[in-house]
Formats: sequence, C-alpha cells, structure tokens
Amino acid sequence: MPHHTFFKFIWPSALAMLIFIALPIVSISIQSFFIEHEKVLVVVENCTPFGCKKETRVDIEASKVLEEEKPLGRFNWFGTYTNRNHLAFSELNQAWKESQNFNDFLGEVFNLPFYKALSFTLSYTFIVTPLVIIIGFFIALAVNRLPSFFKGPTIFICLLPMIITPLIGSLVLFWMIDAEGIIGSLLQIIFDDQNLSLKASPTLTWVMLFVYGVWHHAPFAFVVFYAGLQTIPRDALESAMIDGANRWEQTRYVIIPHLMPLAVFISLIQLMDNFRVFEPIVGFNAQASATSLSWLIYNDFRSGDGDMLFGSAAATSILTIIGISILMTPVIVRTWSANKPVIGAR
Amino acid sequence: MFFKTILTAGAIGLLSTASYAGCGIDSGSVRIGGNDFPAYQAVAEAASQCSGGGVTVSVDLNKDHKDRQVASLTANPAEFTSSLANNSALSALMNDGLVRPLNNLIAKHASGLQDMQFVTVDGEVMAIAYMANAQHLFYRSDILDAAGVAPPKTYEEVLAAAKTIKDKGLMEYPIAGTYAGWNLGLEFINMYLGHGGEFFESGSAKPAVNNSKGVATLNMMKSLTEYMNPDFLTYDSNAVQADWEAGKVALTNLWGSRAGPVTDGEGSTPEIESNTKFTSAPTVAGGSRPATTLWWDGFTVATNISDEDAEATFKAMMNGISMQMAVANAEKANWLIKGAQPNPAGVGVLASASGGALPYPMLPYFGAMHSAIGAEIVDFLQGNETAEKALEDVEAAYIAAATEKGFL
Amino acid sequence: MNKKNNWLNILSLSFIIIWLILASVPFLWTLWGSFKVEADFFSKQDWRNAIFGVRTLVETGGIFTLNGYKGAWIQEEFWRAALNTGIVTVSVVTISLTLGTLGGYALARSGFRYAFWILIAALIFRAMPHITLVSGYLLPFFELGLWGHLSTTIVVLVAINQPFTLWMLHSFFSTIPKDLDESAMVDGCTRFQAFRHVIIPVMWPGVITTGLFSFLLAYNDFAITALLLTETNQTMVPKIAGFLGSAQEQGNVMFAVAAVVSATVPLFMLVMFFQRQIVSGLTAGAVKG
Repeated sequence: MPHHTFFKFIWPSALAMLIFIALPIVSISIQSFFIEHEKVLVVVENCTPFGCKKETRVDIEASKVLEEEKPLGRFNWFGTYTNRNHLAFSELNQAWKESQNFNDFLGEVFNLPFYKALSFTLSYTFIVTPLVIIIGFFIALAVNRLPSFFKGPTIFICLLPMIITPLIGSLVLFWMIDAEGIIGSLLQIIFDDQNLSLKASPTLTWVMLFVYGVWHHAPFAFVVFYAGLQTIPRDALESAMIDGANRWEQTRYVIIPHLMPLAVFISLIQLMDNFRVFEPIVGFNAQASATSLSWLIYNDFRSGDGDMLFGSAAATSILTIIGISILMTPVIVRTWSANKPVIGAR
Repeated sequence: MFFKTILTAGAIGLLSTASYAGCGIDSGSVRIGGNDFPAYQAVAEAASQCSGGGVTVSVDLNKDHKDRQVASLTANPAEFTSSLANNSALSALMNDGLVRPLNNLIAKHASGLQDMQFVTVDGEVMAIAYMANAQHLFYRSDILDAAGVAPPKTYEEVLAAAKTIKDKGLMEYPIAGTYAGWNLGLEFINMYLGHGGEFFESGSAKPAVNNSKGVATLNMMKSLTEYMNPDFLTYDSNAVQADWEAGKVALTNLWGSRAGPVTDGEGSTPEIESNTKFTSAPTVAGGSRPATTLWWDGFTVATNISDEDAEATFKAMMNGISMQMAVANAEKANWLIKGAQPNPAGVGVLASASGGALPYPMLPYFGAMHSAIGAEIVDFLQGNETAEKALEDVEAAYIAAATEKGFL
Repeated sequence: MNKKNNWLNILSLSFIIIWLILASVPFLWTLWGSFKVEADFFSKQDWRNAIFGVRTLVETGGIFTLNGYKGAWIQEEFWRAALNTGIVTVSVVTISLTLGTLGGYALARSGFRYAFWILIAALIFRAMPHITLVSGYLLPFFELGLWGHLSTTIVVLVAINQPFTLWMLHSFFSTIPKDLDESAMVDGCTRFQAFRHVIIPVMWPGVITTGLFSFLLAYNDFAITALLLTETNQTMVPKIAGFLGSAQEQGNVMFAVAAVVSATVPLFMLVMFFQRQIVSGLTAGAVKG
C-alpha cells in the first residue's frame, strides 16, 4: 500500500492516539524530571472554629514569582526516580553495606515502597497470567466436548466474570470472603479453623488477589481459545486418530500447536493488564498487605487533596511503562523475527 | 398581587420545608462544587434557591471532588466559583492561592455569622465554616454494665475495659478502629496529638515524629489492635459501622457523622441502638486533650473568577448556610450556624471539642505527612518491624514527598 | 479405550460444572441479595441472613424488598446515569470501530516496516496507566472549558481504546486474503472503493468481537468517567461508586447493589444476543488465510 493511501486510512486513529496518549506521555516524562520550586514559608496565626494557633503557610506572592520565571519547576534530573519512594539507590546501597546477610538485605529492600509494590506486581503477573491461560484452555476444551444444545448457555455463564466491572466485582467478593461471609465461613469449616481469615494475613491476601485475578481473566482466555478450537481442521484431527494417537497425543501434537499463536496473543494482553493490577487492591481494601505500581500512582494522586505529587506519579508511570516494555520484549522480538502478525497467524 | 404572593409561597414551600427570602443578587454565575453527602446537599440545595433572573446557580457534588478541586480552581475562569472544603482541602487550595480572602464580602453582605465560623489565616478569612465533625468514642452501655466497668475516659481504661469484656466472654473483639489506608494515618495523628506530640520542628517542614511520643503512640495502637478483629487493617468506617450494628463491638472511635446512622432504626436491633452511647474521645498517657482531631466544613470563594461572580457566590452561599437551612436539616450534621438546634447525636463531637481536642492541622505539607504515616506504620502493626524503624520510614517517605513539593 | 474416554468425559464435565458454579454464584448471590436490606446482605452476624432475609422481615415487613431499586432509580435518579452510559457506550463503540477498521486495515495491508512499529507504539500506549492520563487531562480540560461534557469523555475513551482496537482488527484483517481486495483493485477500484465494496461485507465477525471489547471498556470504565464528568453527566459506574459513602459519611450500599444488578442486565442481554457472533468473530479471525 503506498504511503499516502496508508496515511489516509490511519490518520484519524493516529491523531486520536497522538493527542490523548502520546502527548500526555511526553509531557509526563518531562514532568518526571522536575520538582516544584522551593516554597517560601511564613509563620502566621490561623483561626478555625476550634481556636487559634501559630502555623506555617505558603507565601503565595513570593512563591508565584519563582513559578512565573520557570513554570516547570526545578530541574532535578533523575532525582525523583532515584529517591526513596522510587528506585531508592542510596537506600539500597546503605542496606547492602549494613545488612549481615542476604535475607537481611532483602528485608530492607522490600521495606521500600517501590520494591514492595514491584514484588507484588511481578508475583501477580507471573502467577495469574499462566493460570489464566491454562484454566482458560481447559475450560475451552471441556466446553467444546459438550453436546451442542448445552454449549450456548454454558458459554454465556463462563463469560460472566469477565463482563462485571472490576471495582464492583471485587466489592461483592470482598464481602463474601469476609470471615463472617459465605465463602469465608465455608473455608473455616473446610479447614476446620475458627480463626481463619483471608484478610488478616498478608500471604492469604495475596492468594485471594491471585484467585480473584484468575477468576476475572480466565473467561477472556477461554473465549479466545474456544474460537480457536473451532478452526482446527477436522482432517488434521482425523488423520491423527488414524495414526493411532490417543486424546492426549491429539491435544499435544495437533491442538496445542494450532492454538499457540492465540496463547501468545493472550499472554501479551494479560501480561500488560496484570502488570497494571489496581482495582482489586482498592476493592479488597488490601493496601496494607499488597500494593502494586498502579496503586502507588493512585496513592500519589490522592495524597494532599488534589495538590498531587505529580512528579512522583509521573516517575512511577514511566517506570511502569518501562517494566511492561521489558516484559513484552520477548514476545515482540518473536513477532519481529517471524515478521508476521501475532493473532491469527498460522 | 395577593395571589402571586400565595403562589410564590406555595412554590417555595414545595421546594423546601423552610422558606427562603430573596438572596438579593441581580446577576452572576454561581457554580458550587464539593463532596457528595447529605449535609453538603442541603447547603447546596439552599444556595440553589437563589437561582433565577440574571443569576444561575449550578451544583456539582461528587465523592471524588478533592481529586479535582485544585485543577478545577486553577483554570481561569475557575470551573467552580465556590469549592466546599474542610481543614485539609483548604490547605491544598491555599498552597496555590486558589481561594480569595472574604473579609470585604463579609463586611458588605454577611450578617448573623458567628465569629467562630471564620477560618482566618493571618487575619484574612479564607473560608466560612458551617459544620463540625470529629471521631469520638462510641460505647455500648449494656456491655460495659455487664462487664462492670464505667465508660472509659482514657485509652488505658479502654484497654482495661476491653480486657474485662473479653475475659468475661461477652465479646471476642470488643474494640474496632478504622485502620485501613487513609484512616490509619488519621488514627495515628489523633493518638499522637493526644500524646502531645508535634509533627514538625517548629516553624519548618522538617519532620519530627521519630521520638518517644511517636513510639508510645504506635505501642498504644498496637495494644488496641490486640482486641480488634484480626482483619483490622482492612477496616474502613463502613466496616466498623457494620460490626457495630451487628453488635460485635463495644468500643470504637468513630466519626460523629456516623452517630446518627447507627441510631436511626435501620441496620441494627433496637437493643443495640438504645445502648449505643457517645462521649468525648478518650485521652491518652495522662494527657488532657482528647486524642482526636476536629474537622470543620466550610465554603470558599475561588480566586480566578470575576468580582461580580464572587459577590453573587458569596451571597448565594450565605443563603445556603442560613439558619432556616440548619433548622430544617438539623439531623444531618453538627451545624455551627447560629440558631441551629444541637444535633442529639452530636454530643460526642461537642464533648471532644470542649475537652480541648485540636483541629486537624492546616499545614501546607501535612497531606504528605498523613499519607506517609498511613503507608509506613503498617509494617509495625503487622509485627514486621520495630516502632522506631516504622517512624524512621515515615520520616524518610515524607522527606522524599516534601522535597518534591518544594517544602524542604 | 472406551473406559478411558468415559473417565475423561466425567473429568471434563465435573471441571466445567465447578467453573460454572464459580462463575455464576457471585452473580446469583448479588441478584438475590439486592432484594434484601443491608443488615442481611452484608450481615456480620450470620451469612445465612442474606438467604433468609431475617432483618429484611423486621425492617420492611417482607422477605423481599424493592427499597434498593426504588432508592437507586427513583430517589437517586439512576436512570440518568443509565442514559449517559448508553450515549457514551454507543458513541465510543461506533467511533472506535470506524477509526479502528480504517487503521487496522491499513496496518494489515501496508507491507512496510513502519506498520509494525506503529503497532508496537500502540502497545506501549496501552501500557500507560489510565489514572496518569486522566490526571494529565484535568487541568487542560478545565482551562479549555472542555471538562464535564459527555463528548470529551467519549473522545478520550475512543483514544484510549484505539491501541487494543487496532491490534484486534489488524490481526483480523491479516486473515482476510489479500487477493480479495487486490483483485478488485485490478478491476479498477481505488483502495477505498475496494475497502468499501469488498472488505466491509466480510469484516463483520471481527468487528463484532472487537466491538464487544470496546463496549466493555466504555461501559465499565471508572478511572476516566469518575473524574471527567459533571454530576448530571455521570455514567453508571462512578454513580455506583458514589453510593458507597466515604470515611466520614455512610453511603447507601444497597442502592449500589441494586444498581450493580441493574447495570449488569444490559451486559447479560448483550452477551446472550451476540454470543454466537463473538465466538464466530474470533473464529473468523483465526481462519486459515
């Protein structure tokens, strides 16, 4: 296709992405290198309905002068990236020097907010993604074996967890898994432990979030795989059967290779979505035991009643993008070298 | 003429139980933004009565208002001419000079305000408060009677009472607290102020929480958690209220604005409701101040709007916080408005205020401190690190945030 | 051999039954609970209250109550939010698909390396956390007076949705044989005419599947709609979140539950209706090229 025809077709889509995604990304990456001007503070008397007190406030006039000279703030290089609330280089260095053994060092590292969040984010990504693919695959196989009369309603029910709003879905489940709720009580009976509570221990909170993630995302993998199963040529399966292949061998040598490109597509989308895990943490009120990178960004925006920590959030956002890019590199390289589209490639 | 008066009176009567006099505004655009709950709705509704003729009043109340307030008032002209704010919201607005001093407008148009309603900074009135709120002690008189203990006045007594209740097998987890996220930060702030602690070196933004009072605060919080449901780190106000209404808790330090809802005949049994009593927040460690923070809610007027709109906004908001409004909505809040009847569920807030509790600090960098506390003391409460280490982490997290904001 | 197959059948059947239970119980639970009062559905005393409605009987005089629905739809005017969601969703799906089919088709037929890089760039764009984007939009939108309108939100959602739409449709168009449109061009059609007369008639399965995902994104979005819309323009999800209350203030949780059930109904219908197309669309996307 000639360049100008290509351009004619793509410009509306490209323009929308440029203005609303690319431009913000550029502005955010610039912003992440700046911090705000030094504020001029003065001590004044504040009075509220509950009495008066000497307190500091920002001298707006003095601070405005600085701002008008340099509206972006003070250039800070990678200062925000390396400070304690992000990559924390100096803290890491110190922890390395002071800790007696490696476990000590790890303890110090996971005490830092960024690494704490990163450890959950990565665990979530690498546990939920494969489970989603495996469970989705087996559901697809099982549904495919059903008599066609049952297929319709079954597919419909299987899709339910995917279509519910994450914020609301996790809220309902949050109540169900409460120690007094239906799932929580059942678990207490099953494990014969009156004090079992999923919300109390960090480990169980993680497990709970993983299970929720699999529950919510498995239908996506299911529906893609199921569609893929419909396209397996009958003759391929039949010739395998004639060769004396049993079901396992059929699955292993015919079905799985056929569905491989779809699995790549699903893992690409899932890696990305899981790396940005956020809503379940808010829905489950789990921030004490589990934080993710997206949650850190959210927290920066929420702190200070709208007077946001924009630079800090920007830095975490850029680090998130870098993280996702690293995760996706193997997939992208594969696509590049094969020089063919990922989904639907046969 | 006579019919017209009747009709107007009837129309006003339909709109609201109280009738509102004209607001005396000729023209202007009034745009009110704020958090979304019944008391704010009542104020905004009363201010909307000024709509008509050359005056337009629009109201936009949203639960996430605090996330958008700075951006919306930074724009010129500002999206909202008045942002409804509380202690912490006002300091965020003032950091960027987004709200204007109201002294001139007060001199020209205000009558019937009480002096205590003025929120002044360096002699300039930046907001006019109309309601108060605070966390204070809720207790179950029947359970305390059965345990044979008096309503606690100090946190040491709270612990003793909880121990008795638990030992006598009356309840498994007698205490509840709002220990999730932002709430957890506030619980520390309450308790630390009760200990007489200072958050910063005087006159500067340098943190100063890593001291013996900070450690004592954390230890007291940890002792309280021993009598709480093991899920305490996921408990927000909704969860505490649910436990309370289910009769699972005998002592909690909950918001005054939740006192009405737990005694409203819904969600609980009459037995629990009639035995739910409110009193001042307890003191701690021999201190004299109740360990809580007082909150006011008030209205502000934006800087980036025309003087005409500012005047119209001020007049409309004065109508919004009129005595009639407060009388008609008595049960919705603890109004600071002159002539408002005291709210029967407001005794705890009043007792805490008269006991000398401090207001939530209105410092420009306090938001950063609050979120650093909420995030970093969790490890201590989970038993993963010492109190000193947790406080060290709080200071480090705060320093990073405050540096970025230009306070250090 | 037969015996083994039976075992396999039983295994696969029980697996699917377990999954069906896991997938549907939370929905049935919510549906049932939406006709109860808060003290029952969110009972701290005994979860069985949610089934039998003990407190509902005490508080309302019946085992079922419509209070949640009445409160949400009549008192809180949830229909307004439903209407807004309808407008937003329909517009987002239509515009996304229009832009996406054009772009996806071009990417699939370009043959130049830059098409590949555009796709990669789109992936990186998709990696950006939405909340960061929204916080960046806030001030410019307020400054330009664009804030609060449904149209602004629609445009933003379309843009945010483009990367995924482009990927899905690009993959789909790659599976449509090139000869189809190229032979039309040999017959004297321009590229656009070929697209209109040859590609559009065969692209529907892929478009419907992609459309479903656009629909879900627009319908379920919270981060963007919560901050970019005025109260009167609010869509359903932020409205529901608004029912939940805040630290100081009690919410109307049962309104939220009733609203959630109401908001799920259209999704049910949609999936029921388009289920066959969704599957066939994905199938067509993978048909041998």
